[in-house]
Amino acid sequence: MTGWDRFTDSFFNARVMAEYLPKIIDGFWLTVWLALLIIATGLVLGLALALLRAFGIRPLNWLIVFAVDLFRALPPLVIIVLLYFGLPNAGVELSGFVASWLALTLVLMAFAEEIFWAGITSVPKGQWEAARSTGLGFLQTLAYVVLPQALRITIPPLTNRTIAITKGTALASVVAVPDILGAANAGVSFSFNPSPLTLGAIAYLILFFPVVVLGRWIETRFAWKR
Amino acid sequence: MSPAPIVDARALHKHFGHLHVLRGVDLQVAERELVFLIGPSGSGKSTLLRCLNRLEEPTSGSVTVDGIDMLDPRTDINKARQRIGMVFQSFNLYPHMTALGNVALALRKVRGLSRAEAEAKARAALERVHLADRAEHYPLQLSGGQQQRVAIARAIALEPRVMLFDEPTSALDPELVGGVLAVMRELREDGMTMVVVSHEMGFARAAADRVVFMADGMIVETGRPEEIFTAPQHERTRAFISQIERH
Repeated sequence: MTGWDRFTDSFFNARVMAEYLPKIIDGFWLTVWLALLIIATGLVLGLALALLRAFGIRPLNWLIVFAVDLFRALPPLVIIVLLYFGLPNAGVELSGFVASWLALTLVLMAFAEEIFWAGITSVPKGQWEAARSTGLGFLQTLAYVVLPQALRITIPPLTNRTIAITKGTALASVVAVPDILGAANAGVSFSFNPSPLTLGAIAYLILFFPVVVLGRWIETRFAWKR
Repeated sequence: MSPAPIVDARALHKHFGHLHVLRGVDLQVAERELVFLIGPSGSGKSTLLRCLNRLEEPTSGSVTVDGIDMLDPRTDINKARQRIGMVFQSFNLYPHMTALGNVALALRKVRGLSRAEAEAKARAALERVHLADRAEHYPLQLSGGQQQRVAIARAIALEPRVMLFDEPTSALDPELVGGVLAVMRELREDGMTMVVVSHEMGFARAAADRVVFMADGMIVETGRPEEIFTAPQHERTRAFISQIERH
């Protein structure tokens, strides 16, 4: 067997791939589902915290900043493991799926809050003053004048961060979630052949490549009209 | 006895930290009057203007506009502000909305008009600043002078009783100033009460009823434009006038 044959047999073994393809496809949909849940809850919570912070209530803002910094500092895997292996000691049993969802939601929430907040504060004070001078209230100004401008600025960093964190769904395989990586790993263990990992990598590309391209499209779409 | 002033600010003080920016200012503006506020930078004229619609909270004193006590916590400030239009040095148009959208926003969200009613009123306001043909343009597609006229339309669309102008032409290239001043002049001819912070002396001479000279947070002198510009009573005023006339 030449080196090339050994290589293709290891990573592109058609028989092994065919056998584990259905599992990888199941894992693919599980990853999609987990990623969508994380994006939905993480971004909504992040935006909610940023809006709450805009009210400028001191003690509340300290709390928000503390929580945000905490979840930005902790490695996501540590949070997942803490929730999955730690919480049962406190009488709360979470499935691997829920622990991963919760952990990555908290991480995305924290980063998204910072990005939304940076967007809100980047809108010039004059925009607030102009809107308030016409009789718009604080919330109306936030909703119609400040947020639409803030969101445009946040889209590029938010897209990047969202992609980075949803790719972290692969961490769920550590707590026995049969996502793409989990399914691929299981395939490798059973077949003694790494080809399922190749399938897994392809599955991740199919999943995230369009997201990256979509992010690019959104960026150009939201540029100011001039 | 003349009728009660439409703008009545009394004994206004404003501190920013240890800075004492307004030191007891009284300003009364009669209906249909155009008052010009001049003075060196840091004299407190912009702060005074911004206290009139409570964009700035005075430390003490009283402000009444059109009979409404602006500083009373029970006053619905958003309602009161609809009677006071404001135009800013940096235009502050909403960049994500067309000219029409800029003017219509408060009509819809504050006045509660339907989209169609708001847009009809907004178009009429744009017509008054001669920009009806720019209604669908975004701010970045307009010149500075056009942007400032849209900002004026945004304010007058709410049919205010008083208009405040905070250095409306200072950010404009010289050739664009004329269009903005022309619109302000038409407003004046329509009987709008106006308080203008500006150094456009030619405009002040031609259109102002009264010029107020401020320095160091106080009103030094007030009088008719020809009095202030040709025969100022105070040394500070004289020094300031000669300085700006040199330019």
